[in-house]
Amino acid sequence: MHDEIRQVISEHARLPVDVQTLSDDADLYEAGMTSHASVNVMLGLEDRFDIEFPDRMLKRSVFESIGSIAAALSELRTEAAV
Amino acid sequence: MNVSVDQDQAFIDDVHVIAEEVAAKNADAVDRDARFPVETIAALREKQALSAFVPGELGGAGVSFEAIAGACYELGRHCGASAMVFAMHQIQVATIVRHLDDAPWFEDYLRELVGEQRLIASVTSEVGTGGDMARSIASVEPAGDGLGRFEKQAPTVSYGAYADDLLTTLRRSPDAEPGDQVCVLTHKGQHTLEPTGSWDPLGMRGTCSPGNVVRAELPLEQILPTQFARVMNESMVPISHILWSHLWLGISSDAFDRARTFVRAAAKRKPGEQLPAAIRLSELMSELSLLRAEVHSGLREFVEASAEDRSRLSEMATILRFNNLKIAASEQAPRVCQGALGVCGIVGFKNDTPFSVGRHLRDTMSACLMVANERIHQTNASLLLIAKEV
Repeated sequence: MHDEIRQVISEHARLPVDVQTLSDDADLYEAGMTSHASVNVMLGLEDRFDIEFPDRMLKRSVFESIGSIAAALSELRTEAAV
Repeated sequence: MNVSVDQDQAFIDDVHVIAEEVAAKNADAVDRDARFPVETIAALREKQALSAFVPGELGGAGVSFEAIAGACYELGRHCGASAMVFAMHQIQVATIVRHLDDAPWFEDYLRELVGEQRLIASVTSEVGTGGDMARSIASVEPAGDGLGRFEKQAPTVSYGAYADDLLTTLRRSPDAEPGDQVCVLTHKGQHTLEPTGSWDPLGMRGTCSPGNVVRAELPLEQILPTQFARVMNESMVPISHILWSHLWLGISSDAFDRARTFVRAAAKRKPGEQLPAAIRLSELMSELSLLRAEVHSGLREFVEASAEDRSRLSEMATILRFNNLKIAASEQAPRVCQGALGVCGIVGFKNDTPFSVGRHLRDTMSACLMVANERIHQTNASLLLIAKEV
């Protein structure tokens, strides 16, 4: 899952650095992701993982790192499985 | 509970008296001469109104946020510029109160604010960022010995020359990305303001907001500990939109009251006659009530979200909601004032009658420029792509 998230980030986050150089808990906003780019990342993730982020997840803290995105996606998948 | 209700009421009563007896008397001179409303701010200081939102444990009156919004409305009814200065100050106070995260320097600062009734101005806009408060160019540069310094080109600094302190947004460090920002508080004496332009605007003339180059050197403990992105979403932006919209509602309500007084006087002169102006006044009332409903519901939703779980304010649907408040109120307020002009006709157009609404119209015309609505629409357009229930 982390590799796929990295793929979406590299396509949409428009980071000034290579996403492969970032750790799972590196802050993507500090790395240069703008709020506008973050919306494209969200859309890219919804498309790639065929999910929809509910409003409660649509906030900065959920998308601030690869790890936090993975946690949100896992939570959505668990919910879908129940 | 009763204590806080009493405190809120006492505070609102004080501001109401100041608005009627001080702000109203000086409003025309403040507007005509584009001068700072010194009398109103002095009267507010005397009643400890500048620190009203500081919690009791730090020495303030600890009034509710609703009371602060109500005070902006009261002042707005009598002098838009006074109300705007007061609102902008309270935005900074509320931001610090909500985000000081037990930082000892900021706790001490709030105690000083209570004792000295210090006035805070903000330096958030910056030349070259296209009006995007979420990005900075200037940064905190290390200056050795636990000190930092900065130089920021600000296109406007409202009442900067009259403020005791400045709250400035900056990049965290010289190598930080534009969105990695912090808030920095500096005292007069730590910063200098070099004006880069004049101040002769259409409205809100008493806010005295020319461009400035701001330079400062400060101890690093004067950097607010919370990351600005959070401060912005959870406090600074929604609070700005709520307090501004309350004072715009105040200005519009006064314009409506003037129109109503005009119609009543006309009706008394011609008893029994159907007056076209009376119909227009009725139409205007529905425009005003739309504005009032939006402003009041915005306040209620903010207070609820703050009480339940403040992080909800960071959700995109919530950001959209308070952006919408700003856009709707900033467009509706001048519409109401122009409607009042339509009711009063020439006596409303003249600047020296009891029905003059020129200042109201000009003051509210600044609303769509304070963080340009165009800019907010850009943000909303992007958030709308992903937010679900709006």
